[in-house]
Amino acid sequence: MALYSDKVMDHFMNPRNVGQIENADGIGEVGNARCGDIMKIFLKIDDNGIIEDVKFNTFGCASAIASSSMATEMIKGQPVDKALELTNKAVVEALDGLPAIKIHCSVLAEEAVKAAVKDYYDKNGIEYDPEQFKENSCDHCAV
Amino acid sequence: MTVYADNAATTKLSETALEKMLPFLKENYGNPSSLHTLGQKAKSDLENARETVANAINASFKEIYFTSGGSEADNQAIRTAASIGLRKGKNHIISSAFEHHAVLHTLTALKKEGFEITLVKVNDNGVINPKDIEKEITDKTCLVTIMTANNEIGTVQPVEEIGKICKKHGVLFHTDAVQAVGHIPVDVEKIGCDMLSASAHKFHGPKGVGFLYVRKGIILKNLIEGGAQERGKRAGTENLPAIIGMAAALKEAVDNLEENTKKVTEMRNILIDGLKGIERSRLNGDREKRLPGTVNMCFEGIEGESLLLLLDSKGICASSGSACTSGSLDPSHVLLAIGVPVEIAHGSLRLTVNEYNTKEEMEYIVKCVPEVVEHLRSFSPVWAKIKEEEK
Repeated sequence: MALYSDKVMDHFMNPRNVGQIENADGIGEVGNARCGDIMKIFLKIDDNGIIEDVKFNTFGCASAIASSSMATEMIKGQPVDKALELTNKAVVEALDGLPAIKIHCSVLAEEAVKAAVKDYYDKNGIEYDPEQFKENSCDHCAV
Repeated sequence: MTVYADNAATTKLSETALEKMLPFLKENYGNPSSLHTLGQKAKSDLENARETVANAINASFKEIYFTSGGSEADNQAIRTAASIGLRKGKNHIISSAFEHHAVLHTLTALKKEGFEITLVKVNDNGVINPKDIEKEITDKTCLVTIMTANNEIGTVQPVEEIGKICKKHGVLFHTDAVQAVGHIPVDVEKIGCDMLSASAHKFHGPKGVGFLYVRKGIILKNLIEGGAQERGKRAGTENLPAIIGMAAALKEAVDNLEENTKKVTEMRNILIDGLKGIERSRLNGDREKRLPGTVNMCFEGIEGESLLLLLDSKGICASSGSACTSGSLDPSHVLLAIGVPVEIAHGSLRLTVNEYNTKEEMEYIVKCVPEVVEHLRSFSPVWAKIKEEEK
């Protein structure tokens, strides 16, 4: 399949960090089934604010699944505020590229991570700048 | 193991067709328009091929025009009817929402040119009610264009009844029979159509060639101007090797139709019976009124592209109506037209088999699909939600 890079296919065929976390410290869910993509990310955060564990559940195409898998790998073991710096561009680069029409999958992965961190902040009364959490950017989903 | 189950997309070239084609790619390279012996030999072979194609659909050889394929035939048929309509002050065309894009996009273009287009609804079983078409016919209607069989779900339409209605009201009737020709009996007299489109590579012929049947007395509108080929209605030196291949493949398909139908229907039923047991699955389109080899199913909680790629990794070639496989944001217009909810339409799988497939392959598909569906559901938040709501 020349549609995707080997990296994307690897993360699609053998997704890392698949599953759910019971009593997760933060959960983020973005996308909607009408658009064909939903990502849900679960975070377990230790007392030092380090992402001790991360799992994902995704409904979507191969690039959505690969983006979720890659994003979870990239934030695992990182401090929570570092996870907020994860960009969709970094996910795309780590996957050795995505076809143009699939870039939104990487955006969804970035947003899912942010939504999970926001949930963690909200649950723990941690203050944050709301500007950091932009709303869903998919025009199609907003309809 | 490679299992090719995407025969509605294209089929393998028949060996018989290939053998017939080879001399036309080698020594028989004459141009049918040339007056010398080599050219006249080509001309005679071209006309024999026309006769063969005509016989396969109970038409006269003068009613067959060779084209570059189904899309061109659809375009030319609709443009012809539109132009005849305009001369009579008629500018209304009736079609359906689940036609092939070669039809729908031509209609969109005509709409911009001032035509009024009515798309009749398709019932949930994927079959059009002819009465719904009759209701829409006005004194402005110049054409009804309805496909013989749908390319995604395989449902066969009541074209004979539609043909009768059109005749009664004096409206031209075109049918896109691209998925039907070579797979079910197609008789232009029985259907009562004025024009019919077909494409060779859907019945084991080569790609890049098709034909348009045009009832005697209807004057085609040219899409391509130039030389006098195809009685002046389709310019361009004839693609003789492909035309020869198409005629051979069509003859073979029609000669073996009964036997193939029996074999293919049996395989299709193995697929339907083997997959319908998957939890929260649905068969799209009427179980009986369908092409022998087409199965289209939806599996809730998963997305079609993932399903296809995982099946591909197991050697199974299939297709899906999911948005991700179409390059657009919306899932299949066909599934939406038959009332499949958007979120479920994303999880569709089309398996199209023919006489080149085997029962063993069907059993392999029936073994693999549930495994892949289960894998994708195991980490699908949509599936998790469905299960949560069931509790």
